[in-house]
Amino acid sequence: MKYGAGAALAIAVVLPLVVPNAYYLEILTQAYVFAISACGLNVILGFAGQLSLAHAGFFGIGAYTVALLATKAGVTFWAGVPAGIALSAVIGFVVGSICLRSKGHYFAIFTMAVGLIINLIIQKWESLTHGHVGVIGIPGPGAIGPIHFESGIARSYLALVCLALTLVATTRLLRSPVGRTMVAVRESEPLAAAIGLDVMAAKRLAFTISAALAGLAGGLYAGFIGFLGPESSNIEMTFNTLLYVMVGGIGSVVGPVAGTFIVYGLSQVLQVLQHYQMVIFGLALVLLILFMPKGLAGVFRRPSTQPTPLAESASLRAGSSKKGDK
Amino acid sequence: MLLEALRLRKAFGGLCAVDEVDFAVEAGSITGIIGPNGAGKTTFFNLISRALPVTSGRIMFDGEDVTNLQPHHIARRGVARTFQATTLFGDATALENVLVGYRQRTSSGVWDALVRSARLAREEHEAHAVAHETLAFVGLTDSAERLARDLTQEQQKRLAMALAIVARPRLLLLDEPSAGINADQTRGLIALVEKIAATGITVLLIEHQMQMVMHLCRRIMVLDYGKKIADGTPEEIRNDPAVLEAYLGHK
Ligand SMILES: Nc1ncnc2c1ncn2[C@@H]1O[C@H](COP(=O)(O)OP(=O)(O)OP(=O)(O)O)[C@@H](O)[C@H]1O
Ligand SMILES: [Mg+2]
Repeated sequence: MKYGAGAALAIAVVLPLVVPNAYYLEILTQAYVFAISACGLNVILGFAGQLSLAHAGFFGIGAYTVALLATKAGVTFWAGVPAGIALSAVIGFVVGSICLRSKGHYFAIFTMAVGLIINLIIQKWESLTHGHVGVIGIPGPGAIGPIHFESGIARSYLALVCLALTLVATTRLLRSPVGRTMVAVRESEPLAAAIGLDVMAAKRLAFTISAALAGLAGGLYAGFIGFLGPESSNIEMTFNTLLYVMVGGIGSVVGPVAGTFIVYGLSQVLQVLQHYQMVIFGLALVLLILFMPKGLAGVFRRPSTQPTPLAESASLRAGSSKKGDK
Repeated sequence: MLLEALRLRKAFGGLCAVDEVDFAVEAGSITGIIGPNGAGKTTFFNLISRALPVTSGRIMFDGEDVTNLQPHHIARRGVARTFQATTLFGDATALENVLVGYRQRTSSGVWDALVRSARLAREEHEAHAVAHETLAFVGLTDSAERLARDLTQEQQKRLAMALAIVARPRLLLLDEPSAGINADQTRGLIALVEKIAATGITVLLIEHQMQMVMHLCRRIMVLDYGKKIADGTPEEIRNDPAVLEAYLGHK
């Protein structure tokens, strides 16, 4: 695992230097940015087990915060990104507090509605966001001392650093008591509550962190691309991110990054795919859920020594219904 | 009295699963609950552990009204439980299961995790020590690194108890600890329950296996159709006509 991480890091560091042209470099940078967003979705979906479909909404909040602060108030990228993260987190906390009262499918539908509302606000509040025209001329990151960020390579490395920090943070989180609590909630809410864990607080925290990471990704996206339209926060964006997470592996820390590279990379490199994107991805998603519910990471998981997971608790129930004849 | 149920009632639609039950559990005792299938025993536990809202009546724990607490709050006050269908975190190791059971005793948060604070290190150290101690206590030292779902039925039951006692509760609710295991293993489990009680944890257990109840409990409550039909020593219960009636009547 250590070697795997080292190799991946080495590849990630070399990649911006070896891509053939500026177009591919931009795709690479975007893949790093979307991978951050996928890591964020993974915190609520993978760690805490709650399918949030509002994710692109938070990406949009981060992106528009950077874009509007920069174009309307002259706030720099470096101040705009933290502001976007903070606003996403705060709205995430409030939305989470409300949506997390519902569970399972209801939560998914509830958050999907929230995502749609955020997208609609961005589209319709034209005086602020310029609606479908979008925001243009968003300044990119300014120089920090001797380091300039005008070049594609520099921006690519900036995205990579942010992704690396995201991975360190999510790894530390997952391995901490806070992360173990989230996983416990994912596995069994009744048991988690019975051992004294605040189920609601754990989910709300996961939702807030996931929104904050989406906000970070959105902020980077706005600054790097330089223009921004409402598509950045639509439901298609949410489903793409969901696909990255599902392909890579729900719940594993690096899975979403691998998934982003595979799915986003393929969709950009093979142009044909773009026309049939949703058809192919829809099919892929269905097949994945059916045959590989834990994604690529599931294939590399620690194996169970016995083939039947908790089959015994089934026989337990059968056993307890028999004892009536005592 | 450590625990008191006062005219406790739980209705599911027209069905009264727990019907005006008055019951008290003395601190330091092992008390049993028996009754035919569907008598309302598990529902009674679900009320005390706050997994279900009560329809009417009150629950007192250590002299305080806890009727409307949330499940994690009552757990933190010291009421732990196991589930009838052994419930564990199957994809986690035995050690990880017990570690998360100790979480309620620690307070490190997100920032501690991100910056790997000294508090986190101290609490993790403490949690691991207690977790290993607890696994040893229930006899699972050698299985610490195995996944919970790979353990045998008996080991899973021991692990469920470890998970319940790792945070040192004051009251432990055991829902049919002997279900689905053989007589030999049951003896081992009886010994474990006695060992847990000897550490000062008050035990309330639901059990179908009469030998186990008669052996362990100084006091037994009998439920039938949600109603308490008897409450006394094993001797009294054995000779109680209403109890015999309930058991024979259900055959
Ligand atoms: N969540 C629920 N919703 C509706 N009815 C329920 C619910 N839980 C239990 N019941 C009903 O309440 C009655 C008591 O069930 P309970 O599980 O408490 O019995 P029990 O004494 O534990 O039985 P067993 O020995 O089979 O475990 C049963 O008729 C059951 O069907
Ligand atoms: Mg029961």
